[in-house]
Amino acid sequence: MTLRRHAPALVTGALLLAAWEVGPPAFGVSELLIPKMSIVARALWDQWARGLVMENLLVTLWEALAGFALGSSAAVVAAALITRAPLLERAVLPYLVGLQALPKVALAPLLVVWLGFDLASKIAISTVIAFFPVLINSMIGFTTVEAEKLELMRSLVASEWQVFRIVRFPNALPFIFAGLNVAIVFSITGALVGEFVGAKKGLGMLLLQFNFNMDIGGMFAVLIVLAVMGVVLHGLVRALHRRLIFWSQPDDLERRAP
Amino acid sequence: MTAAPPLIDVRAAGKTFRARSGEAVRALEAISLAIGEREFVSIVGPSGCGKSTLLRVVAGLVEPSGGEVRIGGAPVRGPRRDIGLVFQDPVLLPWRTVQKNVLVPAEVIGLPAAAARRRAAELIALVGLAGFADKYPMELSGGMRQRVAIARALMHDPAILLMDEPFGALDAMTREAMNGELLRVWQASEKTVILVTHSIDEAVFLADRVVVMTPRPGAVRETVAVGLPRPRTTATRADPAFVRAVAGIRAHFESLPVMETLA
Repeated sequence: MTLRRHAPALVTGALLLAAWEVGPPAFGVSELLIPKMSIVARALWDQWARGLVMENLLVTLWEALAGFALGSSAAVVAAALITRAPLLERAVLPYLVGLQALPKVALAPLLVVWLGFDLASKIAISTVIAFFPVLINSMIGFTTVEAEKLELMRSLVASEWQVFRIVRFPNALPFIFAGLNVAIVFSITGALVGEFVGAKKGLGMLLLQFNFNMDIGGMFAVLIVLAVMGVVLHGLVRALHRRLIFWSQPDDLERRAP
Repeated sequence: MTAAPPLIDVRAAGKTFRARSGEAVRALEAISLAIGEREFVSIVGPSGCGKSTLLRVVAGLVEPSGGEVRIGGAPVRGPRRDIGLVFQDPVLLPWRTVQKNVLVPAEVIGLPAAAARRRAAELIALVGLAGFADKYPMELSGGMRQRVAIARALMHDPAILLMDEPFGALDAMTREAMNGELLRVWQASEKTVILVTHSIDEAVFLADRVVVMTPRPGAVRETVAVGLPRPRTTATRADPAFVRAVAGIRAHFESLPVMETLA
C-alpha cells in the first residue's frame, strides 16, 4: 500500500540521483562547480564522521525551534488581543502592517550587534520572521466565525471569554495551523540568516566556511542536511495538524490519493 | 383565548433597519401577538416577511424599533436564558462530540457538571440519538445533526423554544419524520414553542395556532386556530380538517404578486 503510493516519488528520486552522477561529467561541467553525487555523498559522510553534522544541526535546530515557539505563540496572543479590542487594533495594526512589509531578514545584522554571536540573536531573528504568518492567519481565524455560532452564544448570555474559549479559539485552529506550516519553514530561514551574519556554530556557519574554502561538495552536503531538516519539521507540524484538527484537514487533495 | 395572562406578549413590536444607503427599511410592521404557556405557535410566510426578525425580537437578539415584548410579564431587554434557540442550520461545533455540543449551554450557564451530563444523556435519548453521544457532527446525517441542535436547545430547560425554519434544510421525507419527532419531544418537555417555517403543511401539522405573515413590510395577515386533536400522527395529514386548514391558509398567499418557496 504505502510502497505503491510512494513508488513514483522513489523512482523520480532514483532517476535524479543517477542524472546527478552521470550528468555533470557528460556535459563537461567542472567538478568544482557541480560535483557529482558520489563526491557530495562522500563529503556528507566525511562531515558526519567528524561530528560536524550533528554538532551544527542541533544548534540550528534549537535556534529555529525556539524562534518558532516564541514567534508563533506571541502571534496567537497578539492576534487574540487585537481582534478582541477594536481600539488596540486601530492603534497597533497599521504599524504591524508596516513591519510586515519590511523584509525581516534585514534586521539580522542589527540583532546580531545587539544580542551577540551566540544563540540569542538567531532565536530573535527566527522569532520575528515566524511571527507574521501566524499573526495574519490567527487574526483571520479569530474573526471568520459563522454568525449563527456567535448568535447562539449571545442567546445564552455568554461572556466574551466563554465565546473565545468555546467558539473563537477552536474555530481559529485550522487557520493557526496554516500559519504554523509557513512559520516552521520561515524560522529555519531566520536561524540561517542569523548565522550568515555572524555565528560560532550552526549549519549556516558551516555552509559559509565551506564557501570560503571553495569546497562545493561540502556546501551541497550541508544543503542536503538543511533540506532533510526542513522536510522533517514541516512534516511534524502537518502530522500535528492532522492529529489535533481532525475536523478540518490540512490538504484535502492529499487525502483523496489512494 | 385563555384567561391566564400570556407567557409571551408581543405588543406592537416593529423593526426598521437602516440600509447601507441610509434608507430606512421597514422589516416588521408593529405586530401584536399573545402566546400562552405550553402553546405551540407556527409562523408561516414567504421569504422577507420578517418572521425570522420577529423571532429574534422575541429572543432579545434584536431590539425592536417600537413597541415591546414581554415574557412572563417582564419586558425583554436582551438575550435571556429561559429561551432555547434552533436555527435552520444545526450550528454545531465540529470539534465537539454530540454530547459536548449538547452540553454547551450547561457550560456557559455553569450548571453542575454531573447533573448536566445526566440531563444531556436523557436529551440525547429523547431525540433518538442514544448510542451516538461520542460521535462527531461530521459522522451524522443532516437530520441527526438537527436532532442534536434540538437537544442542545433543551439542555438548560428553557420555558420557551424558538425555532427558525429548523427543518428547512432537510429532504421532504426526513422533514415529515422530524415533525413527528418534534411533537413527541414537545409533549414530553412541555415547552412553549414558536416555530417559523415556509411550509404551510408543517405549520398546520405542528401548531395550536398558525400566524400567517405577509411581506414588505412584514405584518400579520391572520391568525388561524388549528383544531386538530392531539396526539397527531401521519394519519392527521389525511384528515379532511387538516387539508381544509392548509387550503385556507394557502388562499391567503395566492393573492400575493410574488410567490416564493411556499410549500
